[in-house]
Amino acid sequence: MKRSNTFLLTMLGFGFAFFYVPILSMIVYSFNASRLATVWGGFSTKWYGTLLTNAQVGKALTLSLEIAVISSTTATILGTMAGIALARFTKFRGRTLFSGLVTAPLIMPEVITGISSLIFFILMGQYLGWPAARGFTTVTLAHITFSMVFVTTIVQSRMLSADRAIEEAAMDLGARPWQVLRDVTLPVISPAILSGWLLAFTISMDDVVITNFTTGPGTTTLPILIWSKVKLGVTPDINALATLIVLTVGLCVLAAGVGMNRAERRAERDRRLAYRANE
Amino acid sequence: MIARWFHRKGWSDLVIGLPYAWLLIFFLIPFLIVVGMSFATRTSTAPPFGFGGENPLVNLAGYARLFSDTLYIRAFATSLVNAAGAMVLCLLIGYPMALGLTRVERGWRNILLMLVILPFWTSFLLRVYAWMGLMGSNSWFNKLLTAGWNWLVPQAWAVANVPLMHSNFAVVLVMVYTYLPFMILPLYANLERLDPTLDEAAMDLGSRPFAVFRDVTLPQSIPGIIAGGMLVFIPAAGELVIPTLVGDSSAPMIGRVISDEFSSARDWPMASAVAVALLILMVGPMMIYARFDARAQARERQG
Repeated sequence: MKRSNTFLLTMLGFGFAFFYVPILSMIVYSFNASRLATVWGGFSTKWYGTLLTNAQVGKALTLSLEIAVISSTTATILGTMAGIALARFTKFRGRTLFSGLVTAPLIMPEVITGISSLIFFILMGQYLGWPAARGFTTVTLAHITFSMVFVTTIVQSRMLSADRAIEEAAMDLGARPWQVLRDVTLPVISPAILSGWLLAFTISMDDVVITNFTTGPGTTTLPILIWSKVKLGVTPDINALATLIVLTVGLCVLAAGVGMNRAERRAERDRRLAYRANE
Repeated sequence: MIARWFHRKGWSDLVIGLPYAWLLIFFLIPFLIVVGMSFATRTSTAPPFGFGGENPLVNLAGYARLFSDTLYIRAFATSLVNAAGAMVLCLLIGYPMALGLTRVERGWRNILLMLVILPFWTSFLLRVYAWMGLMGSNSWFNKLLTAGWNWLVPQAWAVANVPLMHSNFAVVLVMVYTYLPFMILPLYANLERLDPTLDEAAMDLGSRPFAVFRDVTLPQSIPGIIAGGMLVFIPAAGELVIPTLVGDSSAPMIGRVISDEFSSARDWPMASAVAVALLILMVGPMMIYARFDARAQARERQG
């Protein structure tokens, strides 16, 4: 047993090195003074300086944040509704199609989702006159569509594992349906809604393929800006930009993880106290 | 019961209807348009397709070309080989990692799990980009590999640098890098639930550690292997970003072909036909995944 554990732990170490060495290398090279991105030429922070004065990057970041906030909020509302519907209403007309529609975008190759959305928007523009051009609106609509199903998946599984007896107890005690929803169901699934929103936000901030198809001239999100530069090769200023993004996201995720862990432990403790009070 | 309450108030109509209508309009209809488009004829009008001419309504020329033009056959073959390669490598690296995670003590395990999930949240594009920095012919990583290679092989085979970038190998390597968490997480979830007393029983009955793994752990982890494998294979087969950035442009993968057919060649019907063909090819793996996933969930509900 001992020897096999050593092997497994070595693999674990190797695996984590595989995960993180490329990112660490990118971070180190963002402080490279040389113009050649992969040849070390001494320490410098000048690429961060050029980044700060680059108006293009700031504009793209603002646009990405706007699209991400609007699309993830809408996606969370729609996705939560769909999750509640699928978890609580076991029989309604077209349920099979609905659950299929909720799963399909998860496994559909992005390139196909992108092309079908683009064709759809072009034909709509041609025959209905709206959307007149592709840009902010079409990108946001596409982001809502493919991120809402992630929210649905999270909310639905949370609803299925939640204790329905609490909802029934509330109703027996005379609560109206919307009161049950507001005071019992939503608080129970609120961690799932929050993680759903975070996931939808991240997906929107991150998306290249679908945005690339549904965007138009003048609407350059941050990933599209990076994508257009990265296609030409590795450059030190992209290293600096990537470092800032990776560090920001990493810190946010760590903070969210610690926060959720703590909230979960507090909820667990409350539950135990409640049970003890009942005994 | 709550369903009935909601129903009387008309709540259910709203809760079901709104997301349903959204997905019908923005997902199903666009998809059906693509399916219809695959039977259309390319024209020089804008938008560049039409129905009519020699083949009214149903034009199967696009589908016929899939089988006659070697570009498409090769692209499908490249995609399947690359995705399968990425899947196998992910399994070979991910399995010991997942099993290792179950052997680490609790406090450390949560931290390590966090470190597996972290790359998930950081930009996909930037993770691919990080490898572009490593694979270039002047990078420290490439120099290290070159030195290692030249030390291992006879002098006649020595190279100035290892040609990593713009090869199918680079595509597989970066796919393994980006999709490895998809393999580790379902495997870990599966392995963590296994009963350790079974291992101990097998040991007590005189099995050697490797035999315990082969006869006890491995058979029980097959659902995890299949779930992880499909979660890697399905997105890898339709991948567009990775082959565009690090792939060999003379041997494109199918995602790239769809995109080029659509944007550069402006042949919407052909792009649609390739897209439909890709989906048909993926139905098999998807059904395998759905079947094992349903079974795993049923088991979880039982206990």
